[in-house]
Amino acid sequence: MKYFGLTLLAVIVAAAVAAPVVAPYEPDRSFRGLLNAPPALVHPLTLTHQLEQRYEQDLTKRVPLEWFAHGRLVSSSDERAPLLLLGSDGYGRDVFSRLLYGARLSLLVAVASAAGALLLGGLVGGIAGYAGGLLDDLLMRGSDFVIVLPAMYIALALRSAMPLVLPPAQVFALLTGIFAVVGAPFLARGIRAIVRSEKRLDYATAASSLGASHTRLLLRHLLPAARGFIGVEITMLIPAFIVAEATLSYVGLGFPDPVASWGTMLQEARTIRAFTDFPWLLSPAAAMFLLVLGLNLVVQHTGVAPVYNDTDASSRRSRTDPDAVRS
Amino acid sequence: MIGYISRRILFALVLVFAVSSASMVLARLAPGDYVTATLGAGARREQIDAERARLGLNRSFGAQYRDWLAGAVRFDFGRSMQYDRPVTDLIPESALNTGILAITALVVATLIGLPLGVVTGTRPNGVVPSAIRGVSLVLLSMPPLLTSLLLVFLAARSGWLPVGGMTSSGGGGLADVLRHMVVPVAALALPLAAMFERLQSQAMSETIGQPYVIATYGRGVPLSRVIWRDALKNALRPVASVYGLVVGTLLSGSFAVETVTAWPGIGQLMLGALRARDVYLVAGCAAAGSIFLALGTLLSDVALAWVDPRSTG
Repeated sequence: MKYFGLTLLAVIVAAAVAAPVVAPYEPDRSFRGLLNAPPALVHPLTLTHQLEQRYEQDLTKRVPLEWFAHGRLVSSSDERAPLLLLGSDGYGRDVFSRLLYGARLSLLVAVASAAGALLLGGLVGGIAGYAGGLLDDLLMRGSDFVIVLPAMYIALALRSAMPLVLPPAQVFALLTGIFAVVGAPFLARGIRAIVRSEKRLDYATAASSLGASHTRLLLRHLLPAARGFIGVEITMLIPAFIVAEATLSYVGLGFPDPVASWGTMLQEARTIRAFTDFPWLLSPAAAMFLLVLGLNLVVQHTGVAPVYNDTDASSRRSRTDPDAVRS
Repeated sequence: MIGYISRRILFALVLVFAVSSASMVLARLAPGDYVTATLGAGARREQIDAERARLGLNRSFGAQYRDWLAGAVRFDFGRSMQYDRPVTDLIPESALNTGILAITALVVATLIGLPLGVVTGTRPNGVVPSAIRGVSLVLLSMPPLLTSLLLVFLAARSGWLPVGGMTSSGGGGLADVLRHMVVPVAALALPLAAMFERLQSQAMSETIGQPYVIATYGRGVPLSRVIWRDALKNALRPVASVYGLVVGTLLSGSFAVETVTAWPGIGQLMLGALRARDVYLVAGCAAAGSIFLALGTLLSDVALAWVDPRSTG
């Protein structure tokens, strides 16, 4: 099962990285006259009902596929009958291509946020655990406070401090910043506990008596001891970040429209007709599920109970950190 | 014990104060205000000024915040510009809806998750426990945003259940509300049930290996009784300690569920207020959210302190 999870993750990441080659079309390429079209492989579609946007496949004709042409893996040879693996959206854009390009953005936001959270959490946790005393108390009270805040509402309020429509680069920076701050305390608590207990061990004393500076001791000797914890925690934060991006974009507070991310694609599916008549618009949800499932399978089979959200982080925290239980 | 509880209450008050002030400040800092958001770009200068003066938006931020704070201690959170009603009128209604959704989901998740966790935790092999574990893993990978999309999709395709809103147009009785509740409650409860199942299962499998359980079984107490009475009691503690943290998850999850299923809760209200730049309503909603959270954490802390006195410290 672990290998199944790893394979799943590898396929998703590879597809995202290779999006410009694998995707049949550009993410913003729109096919007029093919709005909300169903998936179409080799048979061309004809519009049968303009108002209800119903299409019929013309089974008598076949449009040959073009392999390895124009720097793409596969595409349709006829521009008027495009290859729509997962149908098209309300602007006539290929959902499959957007899904691949969207994966890049969604994954990038999640990974960048996780990196930010690690940097911030490692700094706060490392210093708190190493210094101890008043500084430790202050930093940990601060983290406790951020942990109990209603994360979604905080993200909403912070997002609202900016204009509703922002250029994509700014949205990226904003979302990454918010997620990093919200996620950092979970890392900080665990790292602090580990640094605190490791610092008393013989090897730390030895390094320090051999003349290692505080910074060196902390960075080279103590923080690496938290490797395993950090790995698991990051695997649990990434799905949470992906879902958070999707939720914010879904309600229109994330990336602006022409940009493809899983969240903005889901926004296309906000109408009830998407659910009844154009179910292929929901494919980003399926992609998200597969990604989270892959991460959960990997985490579970490395010996830690999988949970997609913050709760498990805290329950495990109380097991690793004797101080957390008391406070 | 009393000292512990009063410390927790103080912490809750600080939390509510900080969250509502922060969102007030943030909403105010945002470029544009309610007047520019509603009147649009075509409005005349005098019209904008008059509207601002009427709503008290022309004062300095300091004065506005001071007045809001002075009102807030008297539970007067200002007047919503969007609905032209006091914020304290608007919030209880939505907060009640969110509360109904969240509490029902929590109860449902507990009733489903805990018993199943006991079953899977005590039986490492077998078709049924494996199936439960599999379903659990799948559901764990579906946060409320995804479960609600899936359930709305199923409900809309099949037409078995109403989708969106809390009542049918024209209103309806309790049965109607209950029918509307099925999709949002299930969407919120399923991932939670899966989480409870996993935690309970883990706790259970650790507990049944303990000497006292084996000793009880060895004295001839029937297996089901050993599991459901003796072992369960001890295995409940780790799960109980998670309840306080679940409140935050529920609140974030219910936001996603509310937007997908159009459930008229506090998340929906806040989203509308954010879009319209209705600062007082935003601050009020954030305050309500943090009250929920503070209350939930407080209750679970007190419950945990009562169950396990070691945790008060």
